Amino acid sequence: MSLVEVTDLTVEFGELRAVDGLSFALEQGAALALVGESGSGKSTVASALLGLHRGTGARVGGSVHVAGTDVRAASDEELRRLRGGKAAMVFQDPLSSLDPYYAIGDQIAEVYRVHTRASRRAARARAVEVLDRVGIPDAVRRSRSRPHEFSGGMRQRALIAMALACEPGLLIADEPTTALDVTVQAQILDLLHTLREETGMGLLLVTHDVGVAAESVDEVLVMRHGRAVEHGAVQEVLGAPSEAYTRELLGAVPRVDAARVAPQEVPVSEGGSGEPVLEATGLGRVFGRGKRAFNAVDDVSLTIHRGETLGIVGESGSGKTTLGRMLVGLLEPTAGEVRFDGRVRSGVDPAVQMVFQDPVSSLNPRRSVGESIADPLRARGEKDEGRVRGRVRELLERVGLEGAHYDRYPHEFSGGQRQRVGIARALAADPRVIVCDEPVSALDVTTQAQVVALLGELQRELGLALVFVAHDLAVVRQVSDRVVVMRRGRIVEEGPADAVYESPRDLYTKQLLAAVPALDPAEAARRRAARRELAVVV
Amino acid sequence: MTGFVGFALRRALGMVITLFAISVIVYVVFYVTPGNVAQITCGPRCSPAQVHQVAEQLHLDDPLYVRYWHFLQGLFAGQDYSTGTAVQHCSAPCLGLSYQSDQQVTQLILAKLPVSLSLVFGAMVVWLVLGVGTGVLSAWRRGRLSERLLTGITLAGVATPVFVIGLVLLIVVCGELELLPFPQYVALTDDPEQWAWNLLLPWLSLALIEAAAFARLTRASMLETLAEDHIRTFRAYGVGERSIIGRHALRGAFAPVIALNANNFGGAVGGAVLTETLFGLPGIGQELVHAVNVVDLPVVVGMVLVIGFFVVVANAVADVLYAVADRRVVLT
Repeated sequence: MSLVEVTDLTVEFGELRAVDGLSFALEQGAALALVGESGSGKSTVASALLGLHRGTGARVGGSVHVAGTDVRAASDEELRRLRGGKAAMVFQDPLSSLDPYYAIGDQIAEVYRVHTRASRRAARARAVEVLDRVGIPDAVRRSRSRPHEFSGGMRQRALIAMALACEPGLLIADEPTTALDVTVQAQILDLLHTLREETGMGLLLVTHDVGVAAESVDEVLVMRHGRAVEHGAVQEVLGAPSEAYTRELLGAVPRVDAARVAPQEVPVSEGGSGEPVLEATGLGRVFGRGKRAFNAVDDVSLTIHRGETLGIVGESGSGKTTLGRMLVGLLEPTAGEVRFDGRVRSGVDPAVQMVFQDPVSSLNPRRSVGESIADPLRARGEKDEGRVRGRVRELLERVGLEGAHYDRYPHEFSGGQRQRVGIARALAADPRVIVCDEPVSALDVTTQAQVVALLGELQRELGLALVFVAHDLAVVRQVSDRVVVMRRGRIVEEGPADAVYESPRDLYTKQLLAAVPALDPAEAARRRAARRELAVVV
Repeated sequence: MTGFVGFALRRALGMVITLFAISVIVYVVFYVTPGNVAQITCGPRCSPAQVHQVAEQLHLDDPLYVRYWHFLQGLFAGQDYSTGTAVQHCSAPCLGLSYQSDQQVTQLILAKLPVSLSLVFGAMVVWLVLGVGTGVLSAWRRGRLSERLLTGITLAGVATPVFVIGLVLLIVVCGELELLPFPQYVALTDDPEQWAWNLLLPWLSLALIEAAAFARLTRASMLETLAEDHIRTFRAYGVGERSIIGRHALRGAFAPVIALNANNFGGAVGGAVLTETLFGLPGIGQELVHAVNVVDLPVVVGMVLVIGFFVVVANAVADVLYAVADRRVVLT
């Protein structure tokens, strides 16, 4: 019997059918990825494998067998033995997935004791053993740490250690690397790969990231609206997709190894030689004082020209957001200066606008989107209500929404639409520079592609200079003329996008690029080897 | 652990500063009021000679900071009061002299404090056990009949004044059923068993009202914790519901409960007037009301300071406990 056998699974939450007649099987030791965009039902399937919908009011139909347990018919006791014992789950956000009040070792020991008759001491020893296994240095001491004392990558390792504690036959990983930096993501994926080789456990990977799937599994199941779109070996599905949706999905994935998708039709005012709009010299920002002082941005100088896109790429903590905020004037630098049109500037300037990462929290939920977009107009002294409305309508239409959306509220829009509202708001001030801080990282790939295309269009039409801050190397390559790579508050490499990506000079840039998941499984294996080499060098 | 000790020390220092600020404010509010302070302090039946003497003892001719300095001196070093014929020594911590009852305020408070503390400590145990217990139960049984019943009872508890609960308890338990004699305060040091029996009804009636607030708070914060991701993790690892509720969810509810408890404890030391009056307990609350009625200024000031002291100490203890429960607090 297969390790996992799902037949005609349906899961309904009230009126909503999240999973609709899904069937698949996973053999002992094999790896399958459920790939889909948000709302495709992939996480719901993962939860159903452990019977986590029981008692939540969701209606589950069809049959689910995991490691010899009939999940739907199992008693509560049998279900408890399955959960963590025979099949263990790793979650997306490793910080919130661990209890903040207890030491990590104690949490793992608790889970171990649920499934074995081990003594407290033995369980604690087992916890240290698995923490050591997943590569936590000094595991004895670190097992006494609480989750907040771990970095994101270490927390995810700890969760994987918890999963390993009872030697389950199946590991379910629900977006295990989505909250992590790309180099850390590569480490975690490599760890999963090694563990699978060593323990022979099956892996069910749930992810929105096709690259992550290509790196880690043998088989892919593409989901959309709760149904299976395409299912097959990873090379076939990703290499030669037979379904239109799969092709669309793959087409939307930005590739780090492809040159800029839509080269500028209008000459970018002769490439990088357009006149400089925004210049930063020796820019620095220190947070905190005395012993706790932290140099978020340190001696950064850069120039942004009219009509060009400057990509700023870096991992979390690299200072890229702080830099972006200083360029806009939302944050005062502690060193250096920002010049706009050749004049030293302090404070905000309507001509330099910002688009924020999270389109949910960056719009006031209690005001209509029209009112939000009208803010910059009113701030400039426009009092005529008719003109304000007219201009907002125009802007809404310009970003691909409808003028009639003026009176709607943010919650009535999808993520991509909300980001369009954010862009409209930035445009309302007739800016010459827009700093986009992770503008697409909260969006699905197909939506991401649309928003990126919109930004490109607006740039060409209005001659805007764009600063594109992001952690996603592929997206940055897709949009940027020039790229700046940041690490620990400093610029480690700068140059034309193609040059930086094709022949990086800095070792860190090389590591970053090697960590990006490849869409081709063979390429992925090659990169895994390359990462090992780079890791030896460092 | 050094971080923790540092945190506790910082918190203790904060407590001292707060107490100092309270003493200044209380002193200023009561002694710099318009009107003849000496006359007010001495009481309405004082002769002009007595009033003059009081004015001298309070150093009313000196500037404010000198007067406050004398007040502080009394608090830390003690002070001598001349009553015309004899000199009375008031040893530290001296909160002054009640000219109306001719007693030292410190002695007066020390006589009442054990009663109040007995009442509040006992009641606190009852309200914590009852309140947190009910809260946990209703979070666990959410949506079921038993939870609705519990919610109903706690709502009724919040809505019922202490003199109603207390009176009903008195009439039923002592009057009708004659299970207990009518309460009369017995000191803990005299007879611990009688102490407890006599305080049982006051504890219950004070605690029942407070317990309701704790039940609601515990329920709300437990439900909040139960919705968090880490609870899902432990469910997905087969950890039983009992552990999830008792170990993980309850821990999350700990902090707000500690905070509320500190406020309620501190407040009840001086604020359980109704309970004290109803059961004839000669505590701080009763004495304070009396002192206010007859405008016995030194007693009022002393009482307010002592009550402030308990509120501040209870909050400092709560903060330290909070840090023990959640180490992340130490970081901030």
